[in-house]
Parts: sequence; structure tokens; C-alpha cells
Amino acid sequence: MADEIMLLDWWSSMFGMRVRIALVEKGLKYESREEDLNNKSPLLLEMNPVHTKIPVLIHNGKPICESPIIVQYIDEVWKDKSPLLPADPYQRARARFWADYIDNKIFQLGGKIWTRKGEDREAAKKELMECLKILEGELGEKPYFGGENFGFVDVSLVTFSCWFYAYESCGNFSIEAECPKLIAWTKRCLQKSSVSSSLPDPLKIHDFVVQLRKKFGIE
Amino acid sequence: MVIAAVEMAEEIILLDFWPSMFGMKVRIALTEKGLKYERREENLLNKSPLLLEMNPIHKKVPVLIHNGKPICESQIIVQYIDEVWKDKSPLLPSDPYERAKARFWADYIDKKVWERLHLLGGKLWRTKGEEQEAGKKEYIEYLKLLEEELGDKPYFGGENFGFVDLTLMPYFSWLHVFEIATKFSIEVECPKLITWSKRCMERESVSTSLPDHQKLYGFFLQLKKWHGIE
Repeated sequence: MADEIMLLDWWSSMFGMRVRIALVEKGLKYESREEDLNNKSPLLLEMNPVHTKIPVLIHNGKPICESPIIVQYIDEVWKDKSPLLPADPYQRARARFWADYIDNKIFQLGGKIWTRKGEDREAAKKELMECLKILEGELGEKPYFGGENFGFVDVSLVTFSCWFYAYESCGNFSIEAECPKLIAWTKRCLQKSSVSSSLPDPLKIHDFVVQLRKKFGIE
Repeated sequence: MVIAAVEMAEEIILLDFWPSMFGMKVRIALTEKGLKYERREENLLNKSPLLLEMNPIHKKVPVLIHNGKPICESQIIVQYIDEVWKDKSPLLPSDPYERAKARFWADYIDKKVWERLHLLGGKLWRTKGEEQEAGKKEYIEYLKLLEEELGDKPYFGGENFGFVDLTLMPYFSWLHVFEIATKFSIEVECPKLITWSKRCMERESVSTSLPDHQKLYGFFLQLKKWHGIE
């Protein structure tokens, strides 16, 4: 029986991108549906009534929500190809820890850089750089956070890389200057087709952010 | 030839703080698995060098230290315990879809219910009248959603106590404190949840892991005093 896989998504969502990467890593065919977040589809509201957010994976009619949960689901169902989480429980706990850290820090801090001004923005910038430095420390000399192989933490973080240019422009700073190893890691990840085919052009994200800032009157 | 099986003693330490809902979850999970562990009470105003070493990123409890290796964040710790000691009392379902659902509801509880409880705690003890009523109403809505998810099952996990049950029960000990403090009861609006919480309390893992209500209420009064609230 052919698996029916649908992804309710939004092009610039770092969370949606994670699911795209996981699906491609597993070699899965799926239908992608772009949501209009200002006019959410009845399907989205039916499949994610609690949060009404994307991404939502619909596998043979059954919805799975929240990107880390979706990625783990994909990894567990299609376990014979390209494992994303480590086999060892302790390493798995560590991978979940870092993915949780990324989820709690990067999105909010990055968001503040392009939506706030003055001191707020500067504070967010500082904190973001501290977090990225910590992540760079965790990466160390490994090619990927997962070690020799691209894994769960790589999937969780790399999707923010297409937003870096927008953050840097709004905040007038360079991530590469302070975290060269991290940027080298993003380039390494982009050599993978699962990543390069799932992430939009950073210039497109930047233009989108400029538009939104104009719309909301943010300097 | 007799081969003696040498069992390596597991060393399990839990860095904890007795009123912490997150610590309570881990205590429940360890007891469900029948594990012996050493519990160390942290003074959150004067964190131990061990805590700072084992959780340098967040410096928070709970931290599980298994044979010297730290695991942090209660949801992650509980899943770790479930995966390592998988032959007894499974906490997460074996089916990937059911597992995803369990993770979803646990995440909902930790984000929304925790957030609301925190705000509610703030609203309930700082406000009166209409604002307090509005705070209670919001909170009930979140609980009603959970009650719907529970349905007629004995536990969120179905026939068996599981991941979502142990995530929600600790909030109930705090909910009880707020009910006493503000004279409001969820029994009328969420009778099924009340029945469920009583069913959970009959389990040794739960009753031995949650603090005494009086003690918790006493702690709540202390907190109010420290915050200078009548």
C-alpha cells in the first residue's frame, strides 16, 4: 500500500524546512501544500485544532504536529534509511537536549533582532551570539552535530541558516566573524541535496523580512 | 562450569527540588521502573557545584546522573529512563503514531498548562475580582481540552499509566494549592480529570513522588511572603 504523505507548510518556516529535510533524507515522496497563514485552510484547522500552526505532517490521513515530534516520527517509521537520531539512548538524550536548546533560544532571539529596535535588538543580538557560540562549542571538530553523520541536531539548526543574512542585515553584525566553524558547518550541510532543496534562498528571506518590517513600521 | 553473572550496580542520582513539578515527573518514572536512586535536594538559591557541573547550560533541576553521565530536561530524562529500562512498565507507546501523540500532549502540558499555571499563580495571588475570574476561566479551558483528550479512558495512555499521565499529575498537586488559596474548584467543570487524578494517586509511584498538599501549601505561603503579597 502506497504511503500517502502530505505536508502543510509555509515556505519561510524554519520548522517546516526541518520536516522537508527529514522527508528527503528518507527518500520519501510527499505532497507539499502551502498554507496562507492569514487565511488558514479548513484542513489545517482540522488537522491541528490545538495550535492551528504549520508544519503538520499528514501520514495516511493521520496528523502529526510540532516539528521535533514530526522529525522523530519520520525517523521511527522509516527507520531503515538515513537514521537521524543516534541508536544509543544517552546520545539520543543529548541530541534531544540540543534540539530543545535550539528551539528555546534561536527562534525568539532571531525574531527580536528583526522586530525590535535599539536596546532590545542589541540585547537579543548579544544573546544570540552567545547561544551560537555555545552551539559551535558543542559541534567542536566534528563534521556534524551528529558526529560523522548528519542528524537530528543538524536538521534542527541548519534551517535557521537561511535566516542568518536577514538577522545580520537588521542587526548590522556578522555571524561568520564570531562563529566561523558554525558557518563552515552550514556550508557543509548545504552540500547535501536534502538541505539545499529544502531551504529557500537567504536573499528571498531577507526581502520578505524587509517587506514585513515596512508593513509593521519597524526601523 | 558455572558462569556467574555479575550485575553492574547502576548508580542513579537525581538532583531535585521537592516542589518542582519537573522533578516530580522524574521521581514517578524512576519508581514506575522500580529503580533505586539517590535523591539530592538542591538549594536553588545556592546551587551545588555538582549541579553547575552537570547542567552548565541551564543550571536547573531536575538532572539525572546515570553512572556519572548527566541527562537534563524532564521530558528528555523520562524518555531516557523509558528507553534504557525498557523491559518494565513502558511509559511511551510502542506504536510510532501513538508515541507522537503522547509527545504532543506532554509538550502541550509543559508549554500551555505550565505557562497558564504560572500566569494563573501570578494572577490569582496578585489580583482580585474580575481579573482573577478571567484567569480561572482561561485555565479551565486548557484543562477542558485535556479532559476531552482523556475521554473515557482510565489513563491518557489508555489502559496503562504512561507518559502523558506522569507529565500532568505534578501540575495537579499545584492546582490543589491554588484551589485552596482562591477557593475555586475544577471539580464541577472537569469531573473526569478529578477522577483520573484520584486514580493516578492510587499508584505508589505517584503517591510517593508528589509532596504532601499541606507542605506544598505551606511553601506557597512562603513564596507569597517573599514576594510581599498578602
